[in-house]
Amino acid sequence: MTAALRPAPASVAVGDELPELAIPLTRTLIVATAIASRDYQDVHHDPELAVQRGSKDVFMNILTTNGLVERFVRGWAGSAAVVEAIRIRLGAPNYPGDTMVLRGSVGAVDGRRVEVAVRGENSLGVHVTGTVTVRLPGGAA
Amino acid sequence: MTAVEERAGAAGADDYEARLQAFTGVELVPQRRGSDPVNVPMIRHWVEAMGETDPVHTDDDAARATGRSGPVAPASMAQAWVMRGYAASVAPAAGHSPFDDLAELLAEGGYTSVVATDSEFTFARELVPGDEVSVSEVLESISPEKRTGLGVGRFVTTVKTYRDAAGEVVATQRWRLLRFRPPGRGPEPRALRPRPAINRDNAFWFDAAREHRLVIQRCAACGTLRHPPGPVCAACGSLEQDTVEAAGRGAVHSFVVNHHPKHPAFDYPLVVAVVELTEGTRLITNLVGIAPEEVAIGLPVVLDWLDADPELSLPVFRPVAGKGT
Repeated sequence: MTAALRPAPASVAVGDELPELAIPLTRTLIVATAIASRDYQDVHHDPELAVQRGSKDVFMNILTTNGLVERFVRGWAGSAAVVEAIRIRLGAPNYPGDTMVLRGSVGAVDGRRVEVAVRGENSLGVHVTGTVTVRLPGGAA
Repeated sequence: MTAVEERAGAAGADDYEARLQAFTGVELVPQRRGSDPVNVPMIRHWVEAMGETDPVHTDDDAARATGRSGPVAPASMAQAWVMRGYAASVAPAAGHSPFDDLAELLAEGGYTSVVATDSEFTFARELVPGDEVSVSEVLESISPEKRTGLGVGRFVTTVKTYRDAAGEVVATQRWRLLRFRPPGRGPEPRALRPRPAINRDNAFWFDAAREHRLVIQRCAACGTLRHPPGPVCAACGSLEQDTVEAAGRGAVHSFVVNHHPKHPAFDYPLVVAVVELTEGTRLITNLVGIAPEEVAIGLPVVLDWLDADPELSLPVFRPVAGKGT
């Protein structure tokens, strides 16, 4: 069984807010996403080595932050949207046991091209800030 | 640390910076193809782990319903197609690339830990199963050493260019890593002593110090010695001057022991003394080879030299019968 296609937003205007997305940061999520992205750096799966390298625990890799930011914006932009750019800067690490809440709002609209400003926060502070540019299907914007 | 070691250490710091900066513009990783073409099984692993449920990534019919010719990979997955995976952990890549050279050079500087801080992706098109993605990486910049929440490190910025089998660019990614020294590991390079304010009146004195000669300015008209250097003789007003070389012996005229505030270039407690030379002039200097509590006014001292760094040598004094350190 496959999930249903997602519609594009009915209308888009600067300032529109995206539905918030809370992601529980389980240890399994952090390890599974690191491996799915073929990132076997020990700091993303081996707690002991992560501590030796100066971290308090394993932490999410940046490929996963990219993936989650894309998921967050696609969830709003719909199945037909094409992602044209993802620009992110990382801050506080995503450690196991925490929750990251992604929030976003439309920062610019140029025809069908929409830039969404994204911010993801965990209990330590801002994990990620950035922008995602998507091209919405014709007539949607 | 001996003066020679200190000098070599500081010269090494300059040289190290130059060796790092030599990588600017260098292609660190020549065009390298991912292990597998874009494929649905790897996409499925990715979307399952990410919690992405949109069927356009795995389902042919769903993808066609959006006007695509078939499933498309998540855009952010571009980088995953060229990751070396577990093989990178257990078997080094064949050959030795400039990337390896840079990693070794950074490790030499103690920057053994790494964390990604920025990724700026632009995508020219969606990737579809069968695409053979390759990547090349060029070094854009290496920052000066910065103090960060994770530790002291350098930001290394590169640009990765992703191409398909036809050589067309499918994505570019500006990529920034913080290469840092894990806290509490290894000594940090010593901070340099504050620079003396050198001008035309006193440059001769610092020039002589670099040659390990302690000189005293002398009025060429009346012969009066003076220190610190200045343009005019206080005794006769003459502007004419020359120098004599000090014998390097004297006595502590006064001193303080500095505990706070601390400057990273100095060891504490720091004995700052006014030494009166046998020639009669006094200079402010440091005492070495003696515990602060043993310093006394009138203590006979003898000249020694501190080569603080390649640009700066300074006279210091130690007790005449002092033990070496």
